[in-house]
Amino acid sequence: MVLAAGDVRRLARLARISLDDDEVERLRDDLSACLDHFRVLADIDTEGVPPTAHVVALGSVERDDAVAPSLAPEDVLSRAPRREGAYLRVRPVLEAE
Amino acid sequence: MSPGAVDLDRTAHEHADALRSGEYTAVELAAATVDRLRRQDEALHAYIAIEEERALADAALADEALREGEGGPLTGVPVALKDLIATAGLQTTAASRILEGYVPAEDATVAARLRRAGAVVVGKANLDEFAMGSSTEHSAYGPTLNPWDLDRVPGGSSGGSAATVAARGVPLALGTDTRGTIRQPAALTGIVRLKPPYGRVSRYGVVAFASSLEQVGPFGRDAEDVANLLAAIAGLDPRDSTTAPEPVPDYLPELGRGLDGLSVAVPDAFFEGAEEGVVEAVEAALDVLEANGARLVRGVDLSLAPAALPAYYLIAPAEASANLARYDGVKYGAGDTGGPGLWDEMERTRGAGFGPEVKRRIMLGTYALSAGYYDAYYLKAQRVRTLIREEFDRALAGHDLIVSPTTPGPAFRLGERVDDPWAMYLSDLYTIPANIVGYPAVSMPCGFVEGLPVGLQMLGRPFAEGTLLRATAAYQAVTDWHGRSPPVPDEAGRAP
Repeated sequence: MVLAAGDVRRLARLARISLDDDEVERLRDDLSACLDHFRVLADIDTEGVPPTAHVVALGSVERDDAVAPSLAPEDVLSRAPRREGAYLRVRPVLEAE
Repeated sequence: MSPGAVDLDRTAHEHADALRSGEYTAVELAAATVDRLRRQDEALHAYIAIEEERALADAALADEALREGEGGPLTGVPVALKDLIATAGLQTTAASRILEGYVPAEDATVAARLRRAGAVVVGKANLDEFAMGSSTEHSAYGPTLNPWDLDRVPGGSSGGSAATVAARGVPLALGTDTRGTIRQPAALTGIVRLKPPYGRVSRYGVVAFASSLEQVGPFGRDAEDVANLLAAIAGLDPRDSTTAPEPVPDYLPELGRGLDGLSVAVPDAFFEGAEEGVVEAVEAALDVLEANGARLVRGVDLSLAPAALPAYYLIAPAEASANLARYDGVKYGAGDTGGPGLWDEMERTRGAGFGPEVKRRIMLGTYALSAGYYDAYYLKAQRVRTLIREEFDRALAGHDLIVSPTTPGPAFRLGERVDDPWAMYLSDLYTIPANIVGYPAVSMPCGFVEGLPVGLQMLGRPFAEGTLLRATAAYQAVTDWHGRSPPVPDEAGRAP
């Protein structure tokens, strides 16, 4: 399986990662090679086998709806690259797309 | 030894005894440890940050507890934390530029539990960026070197934690294990590390990579130290709903039970592709187990185990691509690249903040989860995961342990595999199945090949890590591989 440069750019767009041309070429080679290694899985018969998403049987965990201490707003906001008062500040959402 | 002089080559339980008897104080131990770590780190680069202030503060508290007779097995004992574990007030980077300067507001549960146990945090150990790697060469802060041979890697991703314990910098460290990243570096550096069963240890506050696979686990030099460290961090955590309600057993009584009556499965699949010297060392270890009461059964069928490697490299990147979506340059970490719009800004932040291996995994995971490929790749890998698990359950139904080499070869040279991802991934061939099935596994030193340590891996039944510690203690009682120390590059700094 060989990916085209356009496939890599489309994936990068989905993953929200900017790549330069060298990175695109490099990833095209690396990902294509990995996909080749995955072919051995196709040879394993999994007809009717359920998928395992998690290895321990975990159910929903509920707790009492009790008031408990949590992080102060300043503790959270002070870690943001850009803020304005009590808000996280981001670049325009609509103009860019 | 003169009063106040500290022997840094001791194990954690030896330090605990010395501290309780007043041979030296926790502050003296912490100061001597930081001093040695600074000297060693010029050669090893095992740390992203050595935290002297925190170490001395923790140690002062420990001395107070000791004076009041409240010391436990970890009180005053120096511990390194892989820098994937959040520490309130101490920078936590995951070895990524995207988290440079990030100082968490609170401790991970494991860090909080260690604090309660009186342990002394001396530093944040180096790792592959976001734990993605098998050599610690993918750290944005530069590689960690193997104390046994400075031209070689210490393994990864917990390479810093492994190197510093192997070099006698600290007696204990915490790492994380997603596909063998506790056991593989332990094998390559000649120490003991245990991957607890999935669900045993809280991951609250541990930077997430592959949530259905990873566990936090202890590194030390002998079974007793590893047991004490695991006991301190294990158990249900209301803040991590994937922790299991199974009660944590008392590990220490297990350590004296010996090997009598244990049935050991030796699967051929775990020896295929191993180097000759590695096989010889492991065979010699199997002889020791048998001579001391274990029953060996060869030819146990685990023929699907090699498929765990490709299955892992679909499942883990898929989970990573989702987990790492949170690094968007908005809430914390790096950001503010000055992009014209939100999406450009996000792409630029992530493009500049993630290293090549992390980008590779995110892209692979994005591919495996994308429309048109989901069934053929991700779902297929999860179905194969079920089959592998059933095969392991069959093998473990009749046996207590599955024993094998930890890695196919000893530590490889720096740069040797960094340009060939799949060659790098192959070093995890024998360790990945334990993560795929979620069962506990341990690695311990069992010999040397060309002066480099070889690791013996034991994999156990679900939540039977006590049996692994028992077998480790029994093996260590009759061998001395764990007592060998590397030629640490700080001879001048050795304690008297």
